[in-house]
Amino acid sequence: MARKKIREYDSKSLINKHAKRLANLDLNIKTAQINASTNFEALAAANPWLLQTKLVVKPDMLFGKRGKSGLVKLNMTYDEVVAFCREKLGSKVVINNVCGEITTFVVEPFTPHGAEYYVGLGSERDGIKVSFGACGGIDIEENWDQVAHMLIPTEEVDNINPDHFNKLLGTHAAHADGPAIKAFLDAALKVFEQLDFTLMEINPLAVVNGVALPLDMRGELDDTALFQNTKNWHGAELFPEPFGAKMSAEERTIRDMDERTGASLKLTVLNPNGNIWAMVAGGGASVIYADTVGDLGYASQLGNYAEYSGAPTREETFAYAKELLKVATRPREGGDAGRRALLIGGGVANFTDVAATFAGIVDALRLYQDAIRACNMRIYVRRGGPNYRKGLELMTEIGKELGVPMTVNGPETSMTRICADAIDYVEHGAA
Amino acid sequence: MAACRAPVRSPSFNAINAEPESATTRDPNILFTRNSQAIFFNFKPKPVQRMLDFDYLCARETPSIAAIVAAGSPENSFSKHFFGNEEIAIGVYNTISDAASARPNADIFINFASQRSAYDSSMQALHQPTIRVVAIIAEGVPESQTKRLIAEARKLGKWLIGPATVGGIQAGAFRIGDTAGTIDNIVHCKLHRPGCVGFVSKSGGMSNEMYNVLSRTTDGLFEGIAIGGDALPGSTLADHAKRFEHNPQVKIIVVLGEIGGRDEYSLVDALKSGKIRKPVVAWCSGTCAKLFAGDEVQFGHAGAKSGGEEESAQAKNAALRDAGAIVPNAFEGLEAAITDVYRKLVESGKHTPAPDVPVRTLPEDLVAAQAAGRVRVPTNFVTTISDDRGDEPRFAGKPISDVMEKAGGIGDIVSLLWFKRTLPTWATKFLEMVLMLCADHGPCVSGAHNAIVAARAGKDLVSCVASGMLTIGPRFGGAVDGAARNFLRGKDENIPPFDFVEQAKKAGIRLPGIGHRIKSVDNPDKRVELLIDYARKNFPSTDYLNYALEVEKITTAKSGNLILNVDGTIAALFLDVMKASKMFSPAEVKQVTSIGYLNGLFLLSRTIGLVGHALDQYRLNQPLYRHQQTDVLFVNEEIGYVDEQ
Repeated sequence: MARKKIREYDSKSLINKHAKRLANLDLNIKTAQINASTNFEALAAANPWLLQTKLVVKPDMLFGKRGKSGLVKLNMTYDEVVAFCREKLGSKVVINNVCGEITTFVVEPFTPHGAEYYVGLGSERDGIKVSFGACGGIDIEENWDQVAHMLIPTEEVDNINPDHFNKLLGTHAAHADGPAIKAFLDAALKVFEQLDFTLMEINPLAVVNGVALPLDMRGELDDTALFQNTKNWHGAELFPEPFGAKMSAEERTIRDMDERTGASLKLTVLNPNGNIWAMVAGGGASVIYADTVGDLGYASQLGNYAEYSGAPTREETFAYAKELLKVATRPREGGDAGRRALLIGGGVANFTDVAATFAGIVDALRLYQDAIRACNMRIYVRRGGPNYRKGLELMTEIGKELGVPMTVNGPETSMTRICADAIDYVEHGAA
Repeated sequence: MAACRAPVRSPSFNAINAEPESATTRDPNILFTRNSQAIFFNFKPKPVQRMLDFDYLCARETPSIAAIVAAGSPENSFSKHFFGNEEIAIGVYNTISDAASARPNADIFINFASQRSAYDSSMQALHQPTIRVVAIIAEGVPESQTKRLIAEARKLGKWLIGPATVGGIQAGAFRIGDTAGTIDNIVHCKLHRPGCVGFVSKSGGMSNEMYNVLSRTTDGLFEGIAIGGDALPGSTLADHAKRFEHNPQVKIIVVLGEIGGRDEYSLVDALKSGKIRKPVVAWCSGTCAKLFAGDEVQFGHAGAKSGGEEESAQAKNAALRDAGAIVPNAFEGLEAAITDVYRKLVESGKHTPAPDVPVRTLPEDLVAAQAAGRVRVPTNFVTTISDDRGDEPRFAGKPISDVMEKAGGIGDIVSLLWFKRTLPTWATKFLEMVLMLCADHGPCVSGAHNAIVAARAGKDLVSCVASGMLTIGPRFGGAVDGAARNFLRGKDENIPPFDFVEQAKKAGIRLPGIGHRIKSVDNPDKRVELLIDYARKNFPSTDYLNYALEVEKITTAKSGNLILNVDGTIAALFLDVMKASKMFSPAEVKQVTSIGYLNGLFLLSRTIGLVGHALDQYRLNQPLYRHQQTDVLFVNEEIGYVDEQ
């Protein structure tokens, strides 16, 4: 299971569509999406309300606190919205120290409303935590102590009706907005459970003409549940990249490969100018290698986080290693080659065939031999598991064949020892 | 206690049930013993064998797998595996409840189902009264499903391990699936006998790494559990740490946590409240998360994701240290920390190191030993014509793509696969002419007749064709080789055609390749004419044909229908192919004419006709054929048989 964010537009579209189906609740949410490919005339034709009401427009980029960063425009005509979007699409902004491009907006009717409520649903080990506060809006964090919570235990999730939320709402249950909020919570819970949401946060929620209206909403889905939600999620843009995460071509290639295989293949470039590069087997071990480079004080030199596991084939490992080596050996501006190190690390595998995966890596090393030599890269290997002796032998041989200095270690050496060796080389050169 | 044994399936069925323990006497903190048995769901031969190999190393009396469940298996199926040197048969059942009722002593369910079906099978397993522990290997089980399994397991008082895990191992007792890797590694880490360390981590790979570390620093592992990398695992680090606390054989608890989630705080609470008093050495990985750009990092494990400050590795390490766990400053310090704790434990007299137990030698699999070059085994078969081991099949050493690019027709394929050489085009065209001309010869010849009768008896296509083929022999279609041998001898030994015919007459043999039932000098066989015409125009030389025609002159002088027939023509011309192509040594020519090559041409060709006849009868929906009695001369009375005197 992995929890992935989806856009506000998709969160609202999913709850609008499925609240009707699962709880017979007509939320009548109006929402439209604008991005670089939007045809504004066609959008207005499909959503006539765009021309009939005043509008709100917001960037829909998986980051929060938009109201506070001045990116939300209220009470605009459609023409104004179009002009605003044309101007801002593709522009760069900095949010939480991350600089990124605005590519997507969400547009909705500007709805005058009364009280603003806070509603949250989150998946927890023993059930779904539902939170409610009468203090919704942009200052929710300051008012967090006024938010009430209840856990719907997993075994009761299928038997909930609106009245289960009376206690959560407290005095607000009897308030004029109470029935609408309770009906909304009931519907939201059903959509949450049936569509494999792991998080829903509606802040604020308003009640207009006796019906709850989510004004702002964020959602996360459990991406592993795709197989049972193919139909329900249809139409949603699933799992956009996080804001500002401009994936490199290599990262994108590996992400696509990862989606196609039963094995796990991951690459995140941390610093393209880093001199220490990692290609580590295992979800657990890969984190520990990155930790160790950091612990030794060389976090700034770490080029990437990478992980391969789940017994990829020789061919898959070759394709993976090729992409990684492409980034790791890329020539730098200014022409100073410096010194680089590659950690081909891993623990003692349970069932991944070390000889097969290493054969794939060896193929890639051979392909990138010129680049490896050109950037003065040394290679540090540590691995154990099925056929590890043969795997290590392959590495020793390719080191000799290519004339690339290589240190090869088996399970008798501590797993992260090679990190110190690699740092020593990058810092001080050959011993 | 009433013995509850499954019926023994066959005398070879060596998987004897262990005596089931009474449920009430079971300590809920002890999941595995040396007698524990499992039901293995979704048959995977490799992990099954790995478990049984571990059993043998540990000198278990019974195999740890009592039953396998594979949907769609027929009644009374079993699967053969090794238990040491012996082969045993493990029962394979269609459903989980069948397996559970047949093997009530098996209280562990090892689920190798896919991501999609792990939920249903695990839920069914939880509902079996005999199952206490369900281990789920699949990665990618939706969180909503895992949560329902967690709720159900809690209600029923059962244990879940996983999903997204390799499983776990109790040293010297029980192994889940692939845990701890190869036999070499298991021996190296002394996992064939219990040590004193209870270990729990999220990562399966790191578990195995730590078993190595523990074998270097302590008397080894007692039990190790990998809870899996998901955000909401079926059982938690703290759940297992508490179990270890209650197991007197565990002296030290080692926990490897990681960034993401709040599981480690349950451990903190257990330490603070005194629920765990044994020494705990712990480390949470993921201190590097702050290096990553953005507010969110997803590592390899689904659950390893940066969240709030409390979910960071740093905060968890600090909280654990604060609660009394021994927490090093970095992963690199973990080994030293464990060494230190173990040393103190032994020095204080609280623990006597577990003795080393000699390991049984596991017999090596022939295939593995052969691959490693440790044994040699003579092959049973030898082949030269084709090879499918590489990227693409090869015909006589040539890649099929090359063959297809260059081959003009089926004659070239016959040339490669039968003669293992590339014959010149004039020769392969000749082969094709033979294949075309002999493809069929009407419904009345013996081959076609048999195929037709078999088809009308309702037999399948292969049987019909085989029935027809079985009539090919010295009297029908099988005279080509004999004719070739004869002409070869006559021509090569320069026997004058007249003498050649006379010799045969004296020996009382009919010349193969000579004579036709209907055709004669005045009514020549069109097929023979076509072949001779082709050879005259295209063959570099036709010495054997010329000789055969000289022979024909002698025989037709005796009788008009003693013509060179189609068999004889093919035989003579094939001798010419071999001579004129200059690609066959005299010994090879002899071999070709003696082992059935030329009859093979007829067989191949006529198969086309036989298939056609059988299909024709099916299409025409012809009923069973019964020969008319009036067409049979019954001679019993005249010949009869002689009664025993």
